[in-house]
Amino acid sequence: MGLKVVMGQRLLQANERVAQENRNRFKASGTFTINLVSSPGAGKTTLLEQTLRRLRGKYKIGVIEGDIYTTRDAERIAGQGIEVVQINTAGICHLDAPMIARALEELEESRYDLLFIENVGNLVCPAEFDLGEDLKVALLSVAEGGDKPAKYPLVFREARAVVINKSDLLPYTDFDLGAVTNDLKAINPEIEVLVVSARTGEGIDEWCRWLEELILQKQGTRSAAE
Amino acid sequence: MHELGLIDSMMSLVKESAEKNNIVRVLSIKLVVGKLILAQPELLRFAFEALSPGTIFEGARLEIEERPLVMCCQKCGNTSSPEYAQYFCQCGGTNKIVSGEELYVANYEGDTGEDEDGAEGRNGTAPPTG
Repeated sequence: MGLKVVMGQRLLQANERVAQENRNRFKASGTFTINLVSSPGAGKTTLLEQTLRRLRGKYKIGVIEGDIYTTRDAERIAGQGIEVVQINTAGICHLDAPMIARALEELEESRYDLLFIENVGNLVCPAEFDLGEDLKVALLSVAEGGDKPAKYPLVFREARAVVINKSDLLPYTDFDLGAVTNDLKAINPEIEVLVVSARTGEGIDEWCRWLEELILQKQGTRSAAE
Repeated sequence: MHELGLIDSMMSLVKESAEKNNIVRVLSIKLVVGKLILAQPELLRFAFEALSPGTIFEGARLEIEERPLVMCCQKCGNTSSPEYAQYFCQCGGTNKIVSGEELYVANYEGDTGEDEDGAEGRNGTAPPTG
């Protein structure tokens, strides 16, 4: 017998359910969680290395590394004495909420002030998969060209902040910082724009101050709830 | 290849619903995809063809309805369909997305494997071969 079933259900609702569970978990532990998204080679791991170097003495920090096959990024982070869990997606181009839930089992024993999730390098898919994070930060490097926000609006609209990396290359490219900022604000009027060079360290202090404010805010809401 | 992940999610969602409705074979699925999702219909179809053999979806038709990006100004009410999302209207107001972010299964049709009352034998649809 033929049957027509009307659904109207969002495709990713299974993911959204698990993301909400992750979010509740982060809320209970007061862990400020960032989902770091960018193209391959924009400098996510280098930015993390710089950030950890500055903040690891003050806060308990954990890292979840997403990578399609290798453990190279996780090795770089572990080299700094930071607890890191590697997720190999085996070909899948993004992290999803169940992967994070499994990674959290590995990290469970300790509480973190700050948890970085380094997503798989990709500007398309990670935008659609909520992991339960507090916010997304998009990283855009000068070498990629300034047209990326217009071409991949979803990820820049979902992000609370964009970190423009490799600012040391600005004099050698056609990257127009003013025009890119305008494009970003047109997509997401509230977006925070930070300009850094993870290589030279320029702008990293400001980025870390921005992070610290958010960590403290999250801890504040946690103590208020207790 | 996020199309593969999207189709995999779609199949789990429909399979769960089909089991509840005693559907043993899915004949067609209608999927609605907004332009901002950046999913290619050809790749969605390719993923579906790759993942469906040996499942209740084998031989099913995947219908994809693409929705354009439509934005509407909160201030002057002007509706536009820009190629890229433009959050500021020329009047100075803010544009809101009306359409373009859809990603859902609208409906699907399936076979419960039971014959209609009074009908004898097969219901006319041949089982998939090969």
